Amino acid sequence: MQPGQPSRFEIVSRQDFSDATYLLEVRHPMMARAARPGQFVIVMSHEHGERIPLTIADFDRSRGTITLVIQAVGKTTRQMQQTCKAGTALYAMVGPMGIPSPIGRAKKVVCVGGGLGVAPMFPQARGFKENGAYVIGIVGFRTRSLVFWEDKFRSCCDEFILCTDDGSAGIKGLVTEGIRRAIAKHPDIEEVVAIGPPVMMKGCAEATRAHKIKTVVSLNPIMVDGTGMCGGCRVKIGGEVKFACVDGPDFDGHKVDFDDLMSRLRRYAQEERAAAQRWSENCRMKDLADAVGPAVELLELPDPFEDVKGG
Amino acid sequence: MAKKKTIRTIPQERTPMREQDARARAKNFAEVACGYSLEEALREAERCLLCPDEPCIKGCPVNIDIPGFIRKIGEKDLRGAYDVIAETNLLAAVCGRVCPQETQCEKVCTVGESLEPVAIGRLERFVGDAAIQNAWGRVSSVEPNGFRIGIVGSGPAGMACAADMAKAGCEVTVFEAFHQPGGVLKYGIPDFRLPNEVVDAEIENLRKLGVTFECNTLVGRLFTIEQMIDEMGFHAVFIGTGAGYPSMLGVPGDSLNGVLSANELLTRCNLLRARDFPEFDTPVPLGRQVAVIGAGNTAMDAMRVCLRLGAQKVHCVYRRSRTECPARAEEVHHAEQEGIEFHWLTAPLEILDDGKGGVRGMRCIRMELGEPDDSGRRRPVPVKGSEFDFEADQVVYAIGTNANPIIGQTSRLKLNKRGYLETDDDLATSMAGVYAGGDIVTGAATVIEAMGAGRKAARSMKAYLGMRDAQQAATGATLFGIDLRERNFARIRVA
Repeated sequence: MQPGQPSRFEIVSRQDFSDATYLLEVRHPMMARAARPGQFVIVMSHEHGERIPLTIADFDRSRGTITLVIQAVGKTTRQMQQTCKAGTALYAMVGPMGIPSPIGRAKKVVCVGGGLGVAPMFPQARGFKENGAYVIGIVGFRTRSLVFWEDKFRSCCDEFILCTDDGSAGIKGLVTEGIRRAIAKHPDIEEVVAIGPPVMMKGCAEATRAHKIKTVVSLNPIMVDGTGMCGGCRVKIGGEVKFACVDGPDFDGHKVDFDDLMSRLRRYAQEERAAAQRWSENCRMKDLADAVGPAVELLELPDPFEDVKGG
Repeated sequence: MAKKKTIRTIPQERTPMREQDARARAKNFAEVACGYSLEEALREAERCLLCPDEPCIKGCPVNIDIPGFIRKIGEKDLRGAYDVIAETNLLAAVCGRVCPQETQCEKVCTVGESLEPVAIGRLERFVGDAAIQNAWGRVSSVEPNGFRIGIVGSGPAGMACAADMAKAGCEVTVFEAFHQPGGVLKYGIPDFRLPNEVVDAEIENLRKLGVTFECNTLVGRLFTIEQMIDEMGFHAVFIGTGAGYPSMLGVPGDSLNGVLSANELLTRCNLLRARDFPEFDTPVPLGRQVAVIGAGNTAMDAMRVCLRLGAQKVHCVYRRSRTECPARAEEVHHAEQEGIEFHWLTAPLEILDDGKGGVRGMRCIRMELGEPDDSGRRRPVPVKGSEFDFEADQVVYAIGTNANPIIGQTSRLKLNKRGYLETDDDLATSMAGVYAGGDIVTGAATVIEAMGAGRKAARSMKAYLGMRDAQQAATGATLFGIDLRERNFARIRVA
């Protein structure tokens, strides 16, 4: 008996941006109609899978699809990198969750995307552009080979700054360097929106604090249900406890306690490492047995499996 | 017909139910209470006097014909017994397990005036289990009436409402945000109290009645309540989304990594099967020394789950005394048997940091009982200078929940001051055709109360849609308009 046999969420296309970053376009016409910039979904790749929150990178109402950009970092996202091909389906996808980003009537805005955050930043930049704002896009990557959506992003910006940590593309430096330059050139910036790793968003908030520029960040804490039910995603905003899934995910960057967020993101670090390690081992075994298949490239995992409490 | 029984002739002792040994069961997730055999059920059924007052029916929030089904058990007609229960309650196996019968039907049982009351809950469970084993379903014989009903939330309130509307001939769709239906019965109540297979079987029964379940659907965000009525063609909507939003204590250390809500712990463990990590991908924090704050049924569940996950010591920290403890007596008793340590009259002051973002322990203070407060329970007052620390590496909050904000954020429905949906006595919300019941209206309560609300809302929805119950009109309504001939609902007005 299988009550709740979920409908299939078909992956209609896939694109690989790098060794670790990939895009999935999933069919869900109803969600494509409902989605707004800044919202997220929760995805399960298979029946025994975990529920992972992913920010909606784009939605296409005419095609009836939702676009997700995923970085293979843990067991689930690496497994999805292998199994989620065009024509296959996700076990579950629920959303759009969270309060949509309020895309106001600011006349001059800076849209900052760091790494994977470039993807969900894009529909917001496009939204601001459609509302008639002067949009300064700043995107940051570690190195040139990781850059994606440069042209797409550039197309909705009046100015565009690409930053790489090693200077292999665009300017050398972090996105905060880009923000510094933008602020120096444009004293009339009304709003900065930043999406990316917590440490990057923290840097952005610090870069704008002295200038008193409104800075909105999109938080990505650990979640279970995404409907306000578990409190796992609680964050501290100006000393108050908020649930990112229903009270956010967007918050005033100047009020977010980023250190608390980063500490809480490490909560399952041990279990995550163990799961990833175990999964890699299984893949290696499978590849050894299956001499035809190409070897899976394995990430170096620092912690030995024995150290782990799980299981 | 059974011969005339008296209080002297019936078996004097309540038939005990076999349980897994406390030590063994604290290590597994199998059900604690094993259920009655036919023989045991017959013996217990014999204890019912079939008294003419039938106080138990009034004691039941959904007014099950309790003497009726017990008589059928006595006649060894289990199918008949199931049909009697299923007239008013499609979730016999669930309610037989999780209802607080001691404060409902069994509290008012006539036998209970001089002996221990008839074990109504255990008998109900026996019948419910037999129904599942034999796959007895109740296929609706009613003509479809053309009405489409949308139900938001697949927990007990939504399931009860869905059953009634489907039995009346409506086309019912239940929307659930999780990937599996069942709501709190699935994510909240652990398997050792209510196995997921039992919930699945009951859901399958609803499917047989023609109810459709749509999972992975977050109503409010994917589409709104207004859209359901205006665009999606639902003639009436019932909202049973539950209370959700767990309370945090608001003491220093709240956001440490070893601190989590009971909801999170239970959802990870029950619905996402974190207890079977790594076969299932979802991890769960494993504490060695766990402190659970609160002493309701959720707290008991959380503590017993922690034990089963391998905690060495589990403490219950509660600021009032055992007398005020809101959990069922049986749950507290089971928890005690399994080795949970209770700290009554103890309030947490601070969660202590281990310096690495985790929990090292808790600072508590002793309390004493003062004057009664608004709830009628004696208010706990701190005893000056009685602060003390104890060691713990995980703290679980089971101190209640607040209203889930999603429906409020996404609709024009009127909310009360605390954020719950405002309804009138018929459970109608401020929007025509939209009804609500269960925890999202009342705040956290029990499964059967939510089911009662679901049924009450169903009755209101039928009235709203112009369906009239001929039988009811003739005989007068009972508390929730329970009647035995719901098939006679006739559509007399097109909405």
